[in-house]
Amino acid sequence: MAGEKLKMVPTRDGFGEGLIELGRKNKDIVVLSADLTDSTRANWFKKEFPERFFGLGVAEQDMIGTAAGFALMGKIPFACTFGVFASGRAWDQIRVSVAYMNLNVKIIGTHGGISVGPDGATHQALEEISLMRILPNMTIIVPCDALEAKRATIESVNLKGPVYIRLGRSGAHVITKESDPFKIGKAVCLKDGKDLTIFACGQMVYEAALACDELKKDGIDARLVNMHTPKPIDKDCIIKAASQTGAIVAVEEHTIAGGFGSAIAEVVIENCPVPVKFVGIRDRFGVSGEPDELFEHFGLRAKNIVQAAKEALAMKR
Amino acid sequence: MNHPNIRELQKKAIEIRKDILKMLTLAGSGHTGGSLSIVEILVALYYHALKNDPNNPKWKERDYFLLSKGHGCPALYAVLAEKGYFNREDLWKLRKLGSMLQGHPQLGLPGIEISSGSLGQGLSIANGIALAARLDKSDIRVYCLLGDGETNEGQVWEAAMTAAHYKLDNVCAIIDFNKLQIDGFCCDVKDMGAYFDKWKNFGWETIETDGHDIKKLMNAFDKAKTIKGMPAVIIAHTIKGKGVSFVENKVEWHGIAPKKEEYERAMKELDEALGKI
Repeated sequence: MAGEKLKMVPTRDGFGEGLIELGRKNKDIVVLSADLTDSTRANWFKKEFPERFFGLGVAEQDMIGTAAGFALMGKIPFACTFGVFASGRAWDQIRVSVAYMNLNVKIIGTHGGISVGPDGATHQALEEISLMRILPNMTIIVPCDALEAKRATIESVNLKGPVYIRLGRSGAHVITKESDPFKIGKAVCLKDGKDLTIFACGQMVYEAALACDELKKDGIDARLVNMHTPKPIDKDCIIKAASQTGAIVAVEEHTIAGGFGSAIAEVVIENCPVPVKFVGIRDRFGVSGEPDELFEHFGLRAKNIVQAAKEALAMKR
Repeated sequence: MNHPNIRELQKKAIEIRKDILKMLTLAGSGHTGGSLSIVEILVALYYHALKNDPNNPKWKERDYFLLSKGHGCPALYAVLAEKGYFNREDLWKLRKLGSMLQGHPQLGLPGIEISSGSLGQGLSIANGIALAARLDKSDIRVYCLLGDGETNEGQVWEAAMTAAHYKLDNVCAIIDFNKLQIDGFCCDVKDMGAYFDKWKNFGWETIETDGHDIKKLMNAFDKAKTIKGMPAVIIAHTIKGKGVSFVENKVEWHGIAPKKEEYERAMKELDEALGKI
Protein backbone atom coordinates (compact mmCIF):
# COMPACT_ATOMS: atom_id res chain seq x y z
CA MET A 1 0.00 0.00 0.00
CA ALA A 2 2.89 2.34 0.78
CA GLY A 3 4.16 4.10 -2.31
CA GLU A 4 0.81 3.76 -4.05
CA LYS A 5 -0.81 7.00 -5.10
CA LEU A 6 -4.16 6.91 -3.32
CA LYS A 7 -7.03 9.37 -3.55
CA MET A 8 -7.85 11.36 -0.41
CA VAL A 9 -11.60 11.68 0.23
CA PRO A 10 -13.38 12.35 3.53
CA THR A 11 -15.60 9.45 4.62
CA ARG A 12 -18.48 11.91 5.07
CA ASP A 13 -18.41 12.40 1.29
CA GLY A 14 -18.90 8.70 0.77
CA PHE A 15 -21.88 8.85 3.09
CA GLY A 16 -23.35 11.78 1.11
CA GLU A 17 -23.06 9.81 -2.12
CA GLY A 18 -24.57 6.70 -0.60
CA LEU A 19 -27.44 8.68 0.80
CA ILE A 20 -28.39 10.13 -2.58
CA GLU A 21 -28.25 6.68 -4.12
CA LEU A 22 -30.53 5.36 -1.38
CA GLY A 23 -32.90 8.29 -1.79
CA ARG A 24 -33.35 7.50 -5.48
CA LYS A 25 -34.04 3.83 -4.82
CA ASN A 26 -36.16 4.01 -1.69
CA LYS A 27 -38.94 6.52 -1.02
CA ASP A 28 -38.97 5.65 2.68
CA ILE A 29 -35.57 7.22 3.25
CA VAL A 30 -35.85 10.50 5.16
CA VAL A 31 -33.02 12.67 6.43
CA LEU A 32 -32.96 14.69 9.62
CA SER A 33 -30.34 17.25 10.46
CA ALA A 34 -29.40 19.28 13.51
CA ASP A 35 -28.18 22.38 11.70
CA LEU A 36 -24.88 21.02 10.36
CA THR A 37 -26.45 20.07 7.07
CA ASP A 38 -23.58 21.15 4.86
CA SER A 39 -20.84 19.71 7.07
CA THR A 40 -22.48 16.28 7.38
CA ARG A 41 -23.24 16.15 3.63
CA ALA A 42 -26.94 15.75 4.42
CA ASN A 43 -27.41 18.75 2.14
CA TRP A 44 -26.52 16.58 -0.87
CA PHE A 45 -29.72 14.66 -0.16
CA LYS A 46 -31.64 17.82 0.70
CA LYS A 47 -30.92 19.33 -2.72
CA GLU A 48 -32.39 16.37 -4.54
CA PHE A 49 -35.16 15.43 -2.11
CA PRO A 50 -36.20 18.57 -0.22
CA GLU A 51 -39.58 17.08 0.71
CA ARG A 52 -37.86 14.23 2.54
CA PHE A 53 -35.41 16.42 4.42
CA PHE A 54 -36.22 17.76 7.90
CA GLY A 55 -34.14 20.35 9.69
CA LEU A 56 -34.53 20.34 13.47
CA GLY A 57 -32.22 23.22 14.32
CA VAL A 58 -29.58 22.90 17.00
CA ALA A 59 -31.56 20.25 18.85
CA GLU A 60 -29.96 16.82 18.75
CA GLN A 61 -32.23 15.27 21.38
CA ASP A 62 -35.31 16.39 19.47
CA MET A 63 -33.78 15.13 16.24
CA ILE A 64 -33.27 11.62 17.62
CA GLY A 65 -36.81 11.52 19.04
CA THR A 66 -38.27 12.78 15.78
CA ALA A 67 -36.30 10.11 13.93
CA ALA A 68 -37.81 7.51 16.26
CA GLY A 69 -41.27 8.74 15.30
CA PHE A 70 -40.47 8.40 11.60
CA ALA A 71 -39.17 4.88 12.19
CA LEU A 72 -42.37 3.90 14.02
CA MET A 73 -44.22 4.87 10.84
CA GLY A 74 -42.04 2.62 8.67
CA LYS A 75 -39.72 5.31 7.36
CA ILE A 76 -35.94 4.88 7.42
CA PRO A 77 -34.59 8.03 9.02
CA PHE A 78 -30.94 9.09 8.85
CA ALA A 79 -30.25 11.50 11.72
CA CYS A 80 -27.12 13.48 11.00
CA THR A 81 -24.84 15.66 13.08
CA PHE A 82 -21.31 15.73 14.47
CA GLY A 83 -20.31 12.61 16.39
CA VAL A 84 -19.85 14.44 19.68
CA PHE A 85 -23.43 15.67 19.63
CA ALA A 86 -24.99 12.57 18.11
CA SER A 87 -23.45 10.14 20.57
CA GLY A 88 -23.08 12.33 23.64
CA ARG A 89 -25.72 15.02 23.67
CA ALA A 90 -28.52 12.70 22.59
CA TRP A 91 -27.33 9.53 24.32
CA ASP A 92 -30.38 8.98 26.51
CA GLN A 93 -32.68 9.61 23.55
CA ILE A 94 -30.75 7.00 21.60
CA ARG A 95 -30.94 4.65 24.57
CA VAL A 96 -34.67 4.93 25.28
CA SER A 97 -36.31 6.19 22.11
CA VAL A 98 -34.17 4.22 19.65
CA ALA A 99 -32.20 1.27 21.06
CA TYR A 100 -34.75 0.11 23.66
CA MET A 101 -37.48 0.13 21.01
CA ASN A 102 -35.03 -1.39 18.49
CA LEU A 103 -36.13 1.18 15.92
CA ASN A 104 -34.82 1.42 12.41
CA VAL A 105 -32.94 4.70 12.93
CA LYS A 106 -29.59 5.33 11.28
CA ILE A 107 -27.42 7.75 13.22
CA ILE A 108 -24.69 9.51 11.33
CA GLY A 109 -21.90 10.99 13.42
CA THR A 110 -19.46 12.92 11.27
CA HIS A 111 -16.30 14.67 12.46
CA GLY A 112 -15.28 11.70 14.58
CA GLY A 113 -11.82 11.59 16.11
CA ILE A 114 -8.95 14.03 16.26
CA SER A 115 -8.88 14.41 12.48
CA VAL A 116 -11.45 17.17 13.04
CA GLY A 117 -8.36 19.27 13.68
CA PRO A 118 -8.38 22.93 14.77
CA ASP A 119 -11.88 22.95 16.31
CA GLY A 120 -10.35 21.22 19.29
CA ALA A 121 -11.56 19.05 22.13
CA THR A 122 -15.26 19.96 22.24
CA HIS A 123 -15.69 18.94 18.63
CA GLN A 124 -13.36 15.95 18.48
CA ALA A 125 -15.48 12.91 19.25
CA LEU A 126 -13.30 10.31 20.95
CA GLU A 127 -15.99 8.31 22.72
CA GLU A 128 -18.68 7.25 20.23
CA ILE A 129 -17.69 3.60 19.96
CA SER A 130 -17.69 3.27 23.75
CA LEU A 131 -20.98 5.11 24.18
CA MET A 132 -22.82 3.23 21.45
CA ARG A 133 -21.29 -0.17 22.14
CA ILE A 134 -22.94 -0.47 25.55
CA LEU A 135 -26.43 -0.13 24.08
CA PRO A 136 -28.25 -3.38 23.27
CA ASN A 137 -29.53 -3.65 19.68
CA MET A 138 -27.02 -1.09 18.39
CA THR A 139 -24.77 -1.73 15.40
CA ILE A 140 -21.67 0.44 14.92
CA ILE A 141 -19.78 0.88 11.67
CA VAL A 142 -16.51 2.79 11.31
CA PRO A 143 -15.66 2.85 7.60
CA CYS A 144 -11.99 3.06 6.67
CA ASP A 145 -12.49 5.17 3.55
CA ALA A 146 -15.08 7.03 1.50
CA LEU A 147 -15.97 4.02 -0.62
CA GLU A 148 -16.53 1.85 2.42
CA ALA A 149 -18.58 4.68 3.96
CA LYS A 150 -20.80 4.73 0.89
CA ARG A 151 -21.27 0.98 1.00
CA ALA A 152 -21.89 1.03 4.75
CA THR A 153 -24.55 3.70 4.29
CA ILE A 154 -26.33 1.70 1.61
CA GLU A 155 -25.96 -1.61 3.48
CA SER A 156 -27.19 -0.14 6.76
CA VAL A 157 -30.69 0.05 5.32
CA ASN A 158 -30.80 -3.70 4.81
CA LEU A 159 -30.29 -4.14 8.51
CA LYS A 160 -33.52 -3.47 10.40
CA GLY A 161 -32.57 -1.73 13.62
CA PRO A 162 -30.42 1.09 14.95
CA VAL A 163 -27.08 1.70 13.28
CA TYR A 164 -24.45 4.26 14.21
CA ILE A 165 -21.97 5.19 11.46
CA ARG A 166 -18.82 7.05 12.50
CA LEU A 167 -17.38 9.30 9.83
CA GLY A 168 -14.47 11.70 9.53
CA ARG A 169 -14.09 15.27 8.45
CA SER A 170 -10.71 15.22 6.72
CA GLY A 171 -9.54 13.41 3.63
CA ALA A 172 -8.79 9.75 4.16
CA HIS A 173 -6.85 7.47 1.77
CA VAL A 174 -9.19 5.43 -0.39
CA ILE A 175 -7.79 1.96 0.14
CA THR A 176 -10.75 -0.27 -0.75
CA LYS A 177 -12.10 -1.17 -4.17
CA GLU A 178 -15.61 -1.85 -5.43
CA SER A 179 -14.63 -5.48 -5.90
CA ASP A 180 -13.65 -5.90 -2.22
CA PRO A 181 -16.13 -7.73 -0.03
CA PHE A 182 -18.19 -5.65 2.39
CA LYS A 183 -20.68 -7.13 4.81
CA ILE A 184 -21.72 -5.49 8.06
CA GLY A 185 -20.28 -7.50 10.94
CA LYS A 186 -17.77 -9.35 8.78
CA ALA A 187 -14.17 -8.24 9.21
CA VAL A 188 -11.93 -8.01 6.16
CA CYS A 189 -8.49 -9.55 6.29
CA LEU A 190 -6.32 -7.21 4.19
CA LYS A 191 -3.07 -9.08 4.65
CA ASP A 192 -2.42 -12.48 6.08
CA GLY A 193 0.40 -12.97 8.56
CA LYS A 194 1.55 -15.38 11.22
CA ASP A 195 3.41 -13.42 13.91
CA LEU A 196 0.65 -11.18 15.22
CA THR A 197 -2.61 -9.55 14.11
CA ILE A 198 -3.30 -5.84 13.85
CA PHE A 199 -6.98 -4.88 14.04
CA ALA A 200 -7.90 -1.37 12.96
CA CYS A 201 -10.95 0.65 12.03
CA GLY A 202 -11.58 3.97 10.31
CA GLN A 203 -8.67 5.78 8.80
CA MET A 204 -6.31 3.96 11.17
CA VAL A 205 -6.54 1.01 8.77
CA TYR A 206 -4.28 2.90 6.36
CA GLU A 207 -1.83 3.76 9.11
CA ALA A 208 -1.84 0.11 10.20
CA ALA A 209 -1.08 -0.96 6.62
CA LEU A 210 1.96 1.30 6.64
CA ALA A 211 2.98 -0.28 9.94
CA CYS A 212 2.75 -3.76 8.40
CA ASP A 213 5.17 -2.70 5.67
CA GLU A 214 7.59 -1.41 8.30
CA LEU A 215 7.30 -4.58 10.36
CA LYS A 216 8.03 -6.66 7.29
CA LYS A 217 11.39 -4.89 6.95
CA ASP A 218 12.19 -6.17 10.43
CA GLY A 219 11.16 -9.67 9.45
CA ILE A 220 7.84 -9.54 11.30
CA ASP A 221 4.90 -11.01 9.44
CA ALA A 222 1.80 -9.17 10.68
CA ARG A 223 -1.77 -9.99 9.76
CA LEU A 224 -3.92 -6.90 9.10
CA VAL A 225 -7.67 -6.84 9.62
CA ASN A 226 -10.05 -4.02 8.72
CA MET A 227 -12.62 -4.37 11.49
CA HIS A 228 -15.18 -1.91 10.13
CA THR A 229 -17.94 -3.13 12.43
CA PRO A 230 -17.00 -2.73 16.11
CA LYS A 231 -20.47 -4.05 16.95
CA PRO A 232 -21.58 -6.76 16.44
CA ILE A 233 -17.90 -7.65 16.39
CA ASP A 234 -16.61 -10.49 14.25
CA LYS A 235 -15.73 -12.90 17.06
CA ASP A 236 -14.67 -15.75 14.81
CA CYS A 237 -12.11 -13.55 13.11
CA ILE A 238 -10.69 -12.40 16.46
CA ILE A 239 -10.53 -15.89 17.96
CA LYS A 240 -8.85 -17.19 14.82
CA ALA A 241 -6.32 -14.36 14.91
CA ALA A 242 -5.56 -14.92 18.58
CA SER A 243 -5.08 -18.65 18.20
CA GLN A 244 -3.15 -18.52 14.93
CA THR A 245 -0.90 -15.50 15.53
CA GLY A 246 -0.74 -15.37 19.33
CA ALA A 247 -0.60 -11.58 19.75
CA ILE A 248 -2.97 -8.71 18.99
CA VAL A 249 -2.69 -4.97 18.42
CA ALA A 250 -5.90 -2.90 18.29
CA VAL A 251 -5.69 0.51 16.64
CA GLU A 252 -8.29 3.25 16.92
CA GLU A 253 -8.60 7.03 16.53
CA HIS A 254 -10.66 6.96 19.70
CA THR A 255 -10.30 6.58 23.43
CA ILE A 256 -9.09 3.13 24.36
CA ALA A 257 -11.45 3.15 27.38
CA GLY A 258 -14.34 0.92 26.44
CA GLY A 259 -13.75 1.45 22.75
CA PHE A 260 -12.73 -0.61 19.73
CA GLY A 261 -9.70 -2.23 21.34
CA SER A 262 -11.69 -3.04 24.45
CA ALA A 263 -14.30 -4.80 22.33
CA ILE A 264 -11.57 -6.94 20.76
CA ALA A 265 -9.87 -7.59 24.12
CA GLU A 266 -13.15 -8.83 25.60
CA VAL A 267 -13.37 -11.51 22.94
CA VAL A 268 -9.70 -12.42 23.27
CA ILE A 269 -9.75 -12.72 27.06
CA GLU A 270 -12.85 -14.86 27.15
CA ASN A 271 -11.92 -17.19 24.33
CA CYS A 272 -8.21 -17.35 23.68
CA PRO A 273 -6.11 -15.18 26.01
CA VAL A 274 -3.02 -13.79 24.28
CA PRO A 275 -1.21 -10.43 24.67
CA VAL A 276 -3.20 -7.40 23.46
CA LYS A 277 -1.74 -3.93 22.98
CA PHE A 278 -3.75 -0.81 22.31
CA VAL A 279 -2.97 2.13 20.08
CA GLY A 280 -5.44 4.91 20.76
CA ILE A 281 -6.08 7.91 22.92
CA ARG A 282 -5.39 7.38 26.59
CA ASP A 283 -7.74 9.17 28.95
CA ARG A 284 -7.28 12.61 27.42
CA PHE A 285 -9.34 15.19 25.60
CA GLY A 286 -8.36 16.36 22.16
CA VAL A 287 -6.62 19.65 21.38
CA SER A 288 -6.51 22.09 18.48
CA GLY A 289 -4.05 21.47 15.70
CA GLU A 290 -3.86 20.28 12.12
CA PRO A 291 -4.92 16.64 11.71
CA ASP A 292 -1.42 15.56 10.71
CA GLU A 293 0.10 17.21 13.76
CA LEU A 294 -2.51 15.66 16.00
CA PHE A 295 -1.88 12.10 14.78
CA GLU A 296 1.75 12.68 15.70
CA HIS A 297 0.86 14.35 19.01
CA PHE A 298 -1.43 11.54 20.15
CA GLY A 299 0.84 8.75 18.95
CA LEU A 300 -1.41 7.41 16.22
CA ARG A 301 1.25 6.98 13.56
CA ALA A 302 2.50 3.84 11.87
CA LYS A 303 5.64 4.04 14.01
CA ASN A 304 3.49 3.87 17.16
CA ILE A 305 1.72 0.81 15.80
CA VAL A 306 5.09 -0.77 15.00
CA GLN A 307 6.21 -0.10 18.58
CA ALA A 308 3.01 -1.63 20.00
CA ALA A 309 3.40 -4.64 17.72
CA LYS A 310 6.93 -5.26 18.96
CA GLU A 311 5.77 -4.97 22.57
CA ALA A 312 2.98 -7.43 21.94
CA LEU A 313 5.42 -9.84 20.33
CA ALA A 314 7.75 -9.57 23.31
CA MET A 315 4.89 -10.55 25.58
CA LYS A 316 4.18 -13.67 23.57
CA ARG A 317 5.08 -16.85 25.41
CA MET B 1 -68.16 8.83 17.20
CA ASN B 2 -70.36 6.50 19.24
CA HIS B 3 -69.71 6.53 22.94
CA PRO B 4 -71.63 5.68 26.06
CA ASN B 5 -73.18 8.52 27.95
CA ILE B 6 -71.14 10.67 30.29
CA ARG B 7 -72.48 9.02 33.41
CA GLU B 8 -71.32 5.63 32.17
CA LEU B 9 -67.90 7.06 31.46
CA GLN B 10 -67.71 8.64 34.90
CA LYS B 11 -68.42 5.21 36.35
CA LYS B 12 -65.80 3.72 34.10
CA ALA B 13 -63.27 6.27 35.40
CA ILE B 14 -63.92 5.12 38.94
CA GLU B 15 -63.65 1.46 37.97
CA ILE B 16 -60.34 2.24 36.31
CA ARG B 17 -59.15 3.95 39.49
CA LYS B 18 -60.03 0.81 41.40
CA ASP B 19 -58.01 -1.27 38.93
CA ILE B 20 -55.07 1.10 39.23
CA LEU B 21 -55.04 0.82 43.00
CA LYS B 22 -55.33 -2.94 42.90
CA MET B 23 -52.48 -3.17 40.40
CA LEU B 24 -50.25 -0.91 42.45
CA THR B 25 -51.06 -2.62 45.72
CA LEU B 26 -50.28 -6.04 44.26
CA ALA B 27 -47.11 -4.70 42.67
CA GLY B 28 -46.01 -3.13 45.94
CA SER B 29 -44.51 -0.16 44.10
CA GLY B 30 -45.37 2.34 41.37
CA HIS B 31 -46.69 5.83 40.82
CA THR B 32 -50.06 6.32 42.43
CA GLY B 33 -50.55 10.10 42.26
CA GLY B 34 -49.75 10.64 38.59
CA SER B 35 -51.76 7.59 37.54
CA LEU B 36 -54.92 8.74 39.30
CA SER B 37 -54.64 12.26 37.87
CA ILE B 38 -54.84 11.17 34.22
CA VAL B 39 -57.81 8.79 34.33
CA GLU B 40 -60.45 11.10 32.85
CA ILE B 41 -58.01 12.31 30.19
CA LEU B 42 -57.49 8.71 29.09
CA VAL B 43 -61.20 7.92 29.23
CA ALA B 44 -62.01 10.94 27.05
CA LEU B 45 -59.29 9.88 24.63
CA TYR B 46 -60.03 6.18 24.40
CA TYR B 47 -63.84 6.48 24.48
CA HIS B 48 -64.16 9.59 22.35
CA ALA B 49 -61.23 11.29 20.65
CA LEU B 50 -59.02 8.44 19.43
CA LYS B 51 -59.65 6.49 16.26
CA ASN B 52 -58.52 3.02 17.28
CA ASP B 53 -59.35 -0.67 17.15
CA PRO B 54 -58.43 -2.86 20.13
CA ASN B 55 -58.82 -5.95 17.91
CA ASN B 56 -56.29 -4.54 15.49
CA PRO B 57 -53.80 -2.49 17.53
CA LYS B 58 -51.52 -1.95 14.53
CA TRP B 59 -54.38 -0.70 12.30
CA LYS B 60 -52.77 1.65 9.79
CA GLU B 61 -55.50 4.27 10.05
CA ARG B 62 -55.36 4.52 13.84
CA ASP B 63 -54.57 7.65 15.78
CA TYR B 64 -51.51 7.40 18.02
CA PHE B 65 -51.51 7.96 21.75
CA LEU B 66 -48.09 8.40 23.35
CA LEU B 67 -47.73 8.40 27.11
CA SER B 68 -44.67 10.58 27.47
CA LYS B 69 -45.05 10.58 31.25
CA GLY B 70 -44.38 6.86 31.30
CA HIS B 71 -44.71 6.53 35.07
CA GLY B 72 -48.46 7.04 34.70
CA CYS B 73 -48.70 3.69 32.90
CA PRO B 74 -50.90 1.89 35.45
CA ALA B 75 -53.74 4.16 34.30
CA LEU B 76 -53.02 3.45 30.64
CA TYR B 77 -52.72 -0.30 31.24
CA ALA B 78 -56.08 -0.30 33.03
CA VAL B 79 -57.76 1.59 30.18
CA LEU B 80 -56.18 -0.62 27.52
CA ALA B 81 -57.34 -3.76 29.35
CA GLU B 82 -60.83 -2.28 29.70
CA LYS B 83 -60.84 -1.59 25.95
CA GLY B 84 -59.79 -5.19 25.29
CA TYR B 85 -56.24 -4.68 24.02
CA PHE B 86 -55.11 -7.47 26.34
CA ASN B 87 -56.39 -9.71 29.08
CA ARG B 88 -57.59 -8.00 32.25
CA GLU B 89 -55.87 -10.69 34.33
CA ASP B 90 -52.53 -9.36 33.06
CA LEU B 91 -53.09 -6.18 35.06
CA TRP B 92 -52.36 -7.98 38.30
CA LYS B 93 -48.87 -8.90 37.07
CA LEU B 94 -47.74 -5.27 36.83
CA ARG B 95 -44.01 -4.91 37.52
CA LYS B 96 -43.54 -8.66 37.98
CA LEU B 97 -40.76 -10.63 36.30
CA GLY B 98 -42.00 -12.01 32.99
CA SER B 99 -44.91 -9.59 32.69
CA MET B 100 -45.40 -7.43 29.60
CA LEU B 101 -46.65 -4.76 31.98
CA GLN B 102 -43.30 -3.23 32.77
CA GLY B 103 -42.83 -0.60 35.45
CA HIS B 104 -42.67 1.91 32.63
CA PRO B 105 -44.28 1.20 29.25
CA GLN B 106 -42.48 -0.96 26.74
CA LEU B 107 -43.24 -1.21 23.05
CA GLY B 108 -44.67 -4.64 22.32
CA LEU B 109 -47.61 -4.67 24.71
CA PRO B 110 -50.71 -4.30 22.50
CA GLY B 111 -51.85 -0.68 22.50
CA ILE B 112 -48.51 0.71 23.70
CA GLU B 113 -47.05 2.89 20.95
CA ILE B 114 -43.72 3.84 22.55
CA SER B 115 -41.40 2.84 25.33
CA SER B 116 -41.19 5.74 27.73
CA GLY B 117 -40.11 6.57 31.23
CA SER B 118 -37.14 8.81 30.71
CA LEU B 119 -39.08 12.05 30.70
CA GLY B 120 -39.32 14.61 27.94
CA GLN B 121 -38.99 12.32 24.94
CA GLY B 122 -42.55 11.66 23.78
CA LEU B 123 -43.34 14.92 22.03
CA SER B 124 -40.39 14.62 19.66
CA ILE B 125 -41.57 11.13 18.74
CA ALA B 126 -45.10 12.48 18.23
CA ASN B 127 -43.70 15.04 15.79
CA GLY B 128 -41.86 12.35 13.86
CA ILE B 129 -45.04 10.30 13.54
CA ALA B 130 -46.97 13.39 12.46
CA LEU B 131 -44.39 14.39 9.85
CA ALA B 132 -44.32 10.85 8.48
CA ALA B 133 -48.13 10.83 8.32
CA ARG B 134 -48.01 14.06 6.37
CA LEU B 135 -45.54 12.53 3.89
CA ASP B 136 -47.92 9.58 3.51
CA LYS B 137 -50.89 11.95 3.08
CA SER B 138 -52.53 10.19 6.00
CA ASP B 139 -54.98 12.08 8.20
CA ILE B 140 -54.16 10.27 11.43
CA ARG B 141 -53.68 12.33 14.56
CA VAL B 142 -51.04 12.00 17.27
CA TYR B 143 -51.82 12.62 20.94
CA CYS B 144 -49.07 12.97 23.51
CA LEU B 145 -49.66 13.19 27.25
CA LEU B 146 -47.01 14.93 29.34
CA GLY B 147 -46.74 15.72 33.01
CA ASP B 148 -46.35 19.34 34.04
CA GLY B 149 -43.16 18.48 35.94
CA GLU B 150 -41.97 16.69 32.82
CA THR B 151 -41.97 19.99 30.95
CA ASN B 152 -38.91 21.01 33.00
CA GLU B 153 -37.10 18.94 30.38
CA GLY B 154 -35.50 21.05 27.65
CA GLN B 155 -36.31 18.49 24.97
CA VAL B 156 -40.01 19.23 25.41
CA TRP B 157 -39.40 22.80 24.28
CA GLU B 158 -37.18 21.73 21.43
CA ALA B 159 -40.07 19.56 20.29
CA ALA B 160 -42.58 22.35 20.91
CA MET B 161 -40.60 24.53 18.48
CA THR B 162 -40.44 21.74 15.92
CA ALA B 163 -44.20 21.15 15.98
CA ALA B 164 -44.87 24.86 15.55
CA HIS B 165 -42.23 25.27 12.84
CA TYR B 166 -43.72 22.44 10.79
CA LYS B 167 -47.28 23.60 11.57
CA LEU B 168 -48.18 20.16 12.88
CA ASP B 169 -51.91 20.53 13.36
CA ASN B 170 -52.11 16.73 13.54
CA VAL B 171 -50.30 16.86 16.89
CA CYS B 172 -52.21 17.39 20.11
CA ALA B 173 -50.28 17.57 23.37
CA ILE B 174 -52.04 17.19 26.68
CA ILE B 175 -50.56 18.46 29.92
CA ASP B 176 -51.53 16.69 33.13
CA PHE B 177 -51.44 19.99 35.02
CA ASN B 178 -51.50 18.70 38.58
CA LYS B 179 -48.94 21.22 39.84
CA LEU B 180 -46.91 18.62 41.72
CA GLN B 181 -43.72 16.78 40.94
CA ILE B 182 -41.61 14.38 42.95
CA ASP B 183 -39.74 17.06 44.91
CA GLY B 184 -42.80 19.18 45.72
CA PHE B 185 -45.01 21.80 44.14
CA CYS B 186 -43.85 22.60 40.61
CA CYS B 187 -43.68 26.31 41.41
CA ASP B 188 -41.31 25.60 44.32
CA VAL B 189 -39.12 23.08 42.51
CA LYS B 190 -38.60 25.24 39.43
CA ASP B 191 -41.17 27.89 38.75
CA MET B 192 -42.14 27.69 35.09
CA GLY B 193 -43.76 31.09 35.31
CA ALA B 194 -46.45 32.04 32.82
CA TYR B 195 -47.11 28.49 31.74
CA PHE B 196 -49.90 29.09 29.24
CA ASP B 197 -48.02 32.00 27.69
CA LYS B 198 -44.98 29.79 27.27
CA TRP B 199 -46.92 27.40 25.04
CA LYS B 200 -48.59 30.28 23.19
CA ASN B 201 -45.26 31.95 22.57
CA PHE B 202 -43.86 28.70 21.29
CA GLY B 203 -46.56 28.79 18.60
CA TRP B 204 -49.20 26.52 20.09
CA GLU B 205 -52.94 26.94 20.38
CA THR B 206 -53.69 26.45 24.07
CA ILE B 207 -56.92 24.95 25.34
CA GLU B 208 -57.52 25.08 29.07
CA THR B 209 -59.89 22.62 30.63
CA ASP B 210 -60.87 20.72 33.74
CA GLY B 211 -58.95 17.48 33.51
CA HIS B 212 -61.48 15.55 35.57
CA ASP B 213 -64.60 16.65 33.64
CA ILE B 214 -65.06 14.09 30.87
CA LYS B 215 -67.54 16.21 28.91
CA LYS B 216 -65.26 19.23 28.96
CA LEU B 217 -62.31 17.07 27.98
CA MET B 218 -64.26 15.71 25.02
CA ASN B 219 -65.08 19.24 23.94
CA ALA B 220 -61.41 20.18 24.29
CA PHE B 221 -60.38 17.28 22.06
CA ASP B 222 -63.06 18.24 19.54
CA LYS B 223 -61.82 21.80 19.53
CA ALA B 224 -58.20 20.71 19.09
CA LYS B 225 -59.22 18.86 15.93
CA THR B 226 -60.51 22.10 14.41
CA ILE B 227 -57.23 23.99 14.90
CA LYS B 228 -55.44 24.34 11.57
CA GLY B 229 -51.89 25.40 10.78
CA MET B 230 -50.52 24.99 14.29
CA PRO B 231 -50.30 22.34 16.99
CA ALA B 232 -52.67 22.39 19.94
CA VAL B 233 -52.01 21.75 23.60
CA ILE B 234 -54.75 20.91 26.06
CA ILE B 235 -53.71 22.05 29.49
CA ALA B 236 -55.88 19.98 31.78
CA HIS B 237 -56.17 21.09 35.39
CA THR B 238 -55.95 17.95 37.46
CA ILE B 239 -55.47 16.83 41.01
CA LYS B 240 -52.62 14.48 41.70
CA GLY B 241 -54.04 11.40 43.38
CA LYS B 242 -57.59 12.33 42.31
CA GLY B 243 -60.37 10.23 43.77
CA VAL B 244 -58.71 9.06 46.96
CA SER B 245 -58.93 11.66 49.74
CA PHE B 246 -55.71 10.80 51.51
CA VAL B 247 -53.71 10.67 48.28
CA GLU B 248 -55.01 13.86 46.67
CA ASN B 249 -52.43 16.63 46.42
CA LYS B 250 -49.97 14.73 48.56
CA VAL B 251 -46.49 14.91 47.11
CA GLU B 252 -45.35 11.85 49.03
CA TRP B 253 -47.77 9.76 46.98
CA HIS B 254 -45.85 10.46 43.75
CA GLY B 255 -43.90 7.24 43.69
CA ILE B 256 -45.38 4.83 46.21
CA ALA B 257 -48.07 2.16 46.15
CA PRO B 258 -50.85 1.71 48.73
CA LYS B 259 -50.43 -0.76 51.53
CA LYS B 260 -53.22 -3.26 52.11
CA GLU B 261 -55.06 -1.14 54.67
CA GLU B 262 -54.75 1.99 52.53
CA TYR B 263 -56.00 0.03 49.57
CA GLU B 264 -59.10 -1.04 51.45
CA ARG B 265 -59.83 2.52 52.59
CA ALA B 266 -59.40 3.78 49.03
CA MET B 267 -61.73 1.10 47.66
CA LYS B 268 -64.38 2.05 50.17
CA GLU B 269 -64.16 5.69 49.09
CA LEU B 270 -64.31 4.80 45.43
CA ASP B 271 -67.28 2.47 45.91
CA GLU B 272 -69.11 5.27 47.70
CA ALA B 273 -68.32 7.64 44.86
CA LEU B 274 -69.58 5.06 42.41
CA GLY B 275 -72.86 4.87 44.29
CA LYS B 276 -73.34 8.62 44.01
CA ILE B 277 -73.14 8.72 40.20
